[in-house]
Amino acid sequence: MSSDVKNSSTMSEKDKILDSKEPEGPLTDKWHSHLDKIKLVAPNNKRKYDIIVVGTGLAGASAAASLAELGYNVKSFCIHDTPRRAHSIAAQGGINAAKNYQNDGDTIYRLFYDTIKGGDFRSRESNTYRLAELSVNIIDQAVAQGVPFAREYGGLLANRSFGGVQVKRTFYARGQTGQQLLLGAYSALMRQVNTGKVEMFPRREMLELVVVDGKARGIVTRNLLTGEIEKHAGHAVVLATGGYGNTFYLSTNAKNSNVTAAWRCYKKGAYFGNPCYVQIHPTCIPQSGHYQSKLTLMSESLRNDGRVWVPKEKGDNRKPTDIPEEERDYYLERKYPSFGNLVPRDVASRNAKLVCDEGRGVGNTGKAVYLDFQTAIERDGIDTIRDKYGNLFEMYERITGEDPYKVPMRIYPAVHYTMGGLWVDYNLMSTIPGLHVLGEANFSDHGANRLGASALMQGLADGYFVIPYTLGDYLAQTELKPVENDHDAFREAANEAADKIDKLLNINGNKTVMEFHQELGAIMWDKVGMARTKEGLQEAIKEIKELKEEFWSNLKLTGEKNTFNKYLEFAGRVADFLELGELMAEDALHREESCGCHFRDEYQTEEGEALRNDDEFSYVAAWEYKGDDKKPELHKENLTFENVKLSQRSYK
Amino acid sequence: MSKDSMKLHLKIWRQEGPNSSGKLVDYDLDNVSPDMSFLEMLDILNEELIKKGERPIEFEHDCREGICGSCSMVVNGIAHGPQKATAVCQLHMRHFNDGDTVYIEPWRAKAFPIVKDLVTDRSAFDRIMQAGGYVSVNTGGTPDANAIPIGKETADEAFDFATCIGCGACVAACPNSSASLFTGAKISQLALLPQGDPERKKRVRAMVEQMDAEGFGDCSNHAECEAVCPKGISIAAIARMRREYLKALF
Repeated sequence: MSSDVKNSSTMSEKDKILDSKEPEGPLTDKWHSHLDKIKLVAPNNKRKYDIIVVGTGLAGASAAASLAELGYNVKSFCIHDTPRRAHSIAAQGGINAAKNYQNDGDTIYRLFYDTIKGGDFRSRESNTYRLAELSVNIIDQAVAQGVPFAREYGGLLANRSFGGVQVKRTFYARGQTGQQLLLGAYSALMRQVNTGKVEMFPRREMLELVVVDGKARGIVTRNLLTGEIEKHAGHAVVLATGGYGNTFYLSTNAKNSNVTAAWRCYKKGAYFGNPCYVQIHPTCIPQSGHYQSKLTLMSESLRNDGRVWVPKEKGDNRKPTDIPEEERDYYLERKYPSFGNLVPRDVASRNAKLVCDEGRGVGNTGKAVYLDFQTAIERDGIDTIRDKYGNLFEMYERITGEDPYKVPMRIYPAVHYTMGGLWVDYNLMSTIPGLHVLGEANFSDHGANRLGASALMQGLADGYFVIPYTLGDYLAQTELKPVENDHDAFREAANEAADKIDKLLNINGNKTVMEFHQELGAIMWDKVGMARTKEGLQEAIKEIKELKEEFWSNLKLTGEKNTFNKYLEFAGRVADFLELGELMAEDALHREESCGCHFRDEYQTEEGEALRNDDEFSYVAAWEYKGDDKKPELHKENLTFENVKLSQRSYK
Repeated sequence: MSKDSMKLHLKIWRQEGPNSSGKLVDYDLDNVSPDMSFLEMLDILNEELIKKGERPIEFEHDCREGICGSCSMVVNGIAHGPQKATAVCQLHMRHFNDGDTVYIEPWRAKAFPIVKDLVTDRSAFDRIMQAGGYVSVNTGGTPDANAIPIGKETADEAFDFATCIGCGACVAACPNSSASLFTGAKISQLALLPQGDPERKKRVRAMVEQMDAEGFGDCSNHAECEAVCPKGISIAAIARMRREYLKALF
């Protein structure tokens, strides 16, 4: 069922409708029938193709390794000194898979439904169903690589539950699931480097996409050690460069996580989908001072055993252990009796903000709520709790100096994940032919809110089990002329990248990159954060424009370009965040409804829950770049739901 | 509990590039909050340097949660600093006192050449992994994940070895600059698991040979590596690597 024919009455003639290219047929058969028809590249011909893979997180490393195993020549790029450091490594809690090992009634459909519902009915049914189907293969693949998932005494794999669901389908490796899965994918990648099928380019930052005859044919990178601007040609580009949470300056993302590669693709013609969908994770360690450089997430799995509360009375400054049970408000358990502390992330975050706005927040700043393990410790014993969360408790103590076995943790929401990203069709191809986008860098699968333990699942599904097929399909049916890296398009792109660096270094102003980034972050958090209003968003757009102008006239950088220069790297990224921030605000402003993580104060139910407007906004907003001084053009992909009934989400 | 604000005397290694000579440079820093992380303290210093028109101090960092393994500096003579089982990004200033002098240097090892200031080239670790730090399975066609039960104790032990973040503190702390803990940890993880069994002999030989070829020294049981490992990986990994290696020779 193609989504390109809906002529809903709310669409004006000017609205451009995007074709998702999802296959015909019933939901459960789409992927398999697609595979039946997909074009293949013969084994002997695969070696004639050079594939550029940018990023070595779960999506990029798994894609690079899998494509190399098939016989393609892969060039793999990462900004770190080694591919093993990509930010996927920091994912703590786990990875979902519809294995039903726990015999608690899980099915592929149920995982699909939970994901669609968790995303507040703003994702593409066919992609989400495929994700649920592929989830089971990922666990098999990881175990075969030697990924040491948690096990029961009988030797079988252990599972736990996660926010927004009622079955135990999350596989985990203590609090280091992302690390173990990434090291699995990294090991597969290293094996292919050893065979010579992957050429590794560490310490490279992608600064431009090169488009020849309308197709993605290469990239321009900066060698972060020497400053050299390099040109790399290939037959297709696979982008797996992660999300853009660092637009907010403070987020749980690693310091080097950035949007530059994706943004340069946007400016070369790839549409940007749903940029306003940003997930604010409920369980992070609160900010302690102005010097704060990033926020640290505490795995959501803690909400399995931790109970969230604040004092019933405003301004209750007693120590948490001195506040008696009857004077505590376990507000999630009170408001959502059936899901309790396990409501989805957006609901948990918004409620934390609400109680803090009421003046019932705790800690020095009043911007925190308690996450209390006393009940669980009394029930299960301290050893069981230590076994499950030991490393997280240690991390908390290291940062705060407080022992969560004795006093409740203080937590507060922080920017964590971006559901938006470059728009892709069912084959994960962007609007630029030959540019495929995987993992967090694309917009697909999670709608307006991602469920816990689904990011690892999507990154690996895209890399191991989708792109190896769909990229072959593209190559087999596309005529690709030989293109070398001395082509004019490469020279132009390289010059653009080099000019921008010179420009940044020659501003000679007074304000540092960090100061600009902090100011952008403050605007984004206040006005494009957890609760948005029309007025706030309009102000944000104006303020970001002003800040952008100031950035290009008052930035102070030191050091040189032909050497390792971290602040020069940051400056280029902040320049792009400034442009993206504006687009995020524009997208949030145009979406006159609340859905998932996008909460507009004007659109809420009487109970303060997100109020969707399915008649007018049941679409993916994909923005097309039209020039620096022009408004981006909105394109829509209508979302049709044939297998789930749209409902007001309820976790009560 | 808060000391509010501290003043520190910093002595930081500055080196322009791989072929330049470097030296310790003195910096005084005021207004250090005990709740800052060590890297945030350096951020603040860098802000001051940039404002003065000087070149900031280059150091590796990314996740700042002790898991990516980027950060790498020797603080007062100890790799990752004074707090046990803690990467320097997770070290907080409450472990220092007002008026302290703090020495900050890069990893020092022949196999980790200095790139600039506190940044070193640790690509030798990738080459050790390329030599055999994997199970040779392609994507697809793998058996059901529960097809081979693995006892919890075995899985937990393998996990302990798998927690290595590849930071290189073990090498920096070792008087011989040996990479035995790093290499032994991967060999032990895979040797303990049935998935790693078919290639165990080939793997241990290839990885050990690569480790030697990179110019890392031999292990002589100082156990400094275990003492500084941010993940607390036991030198039992080295014992297991040696056992595996010996078994692989015959």
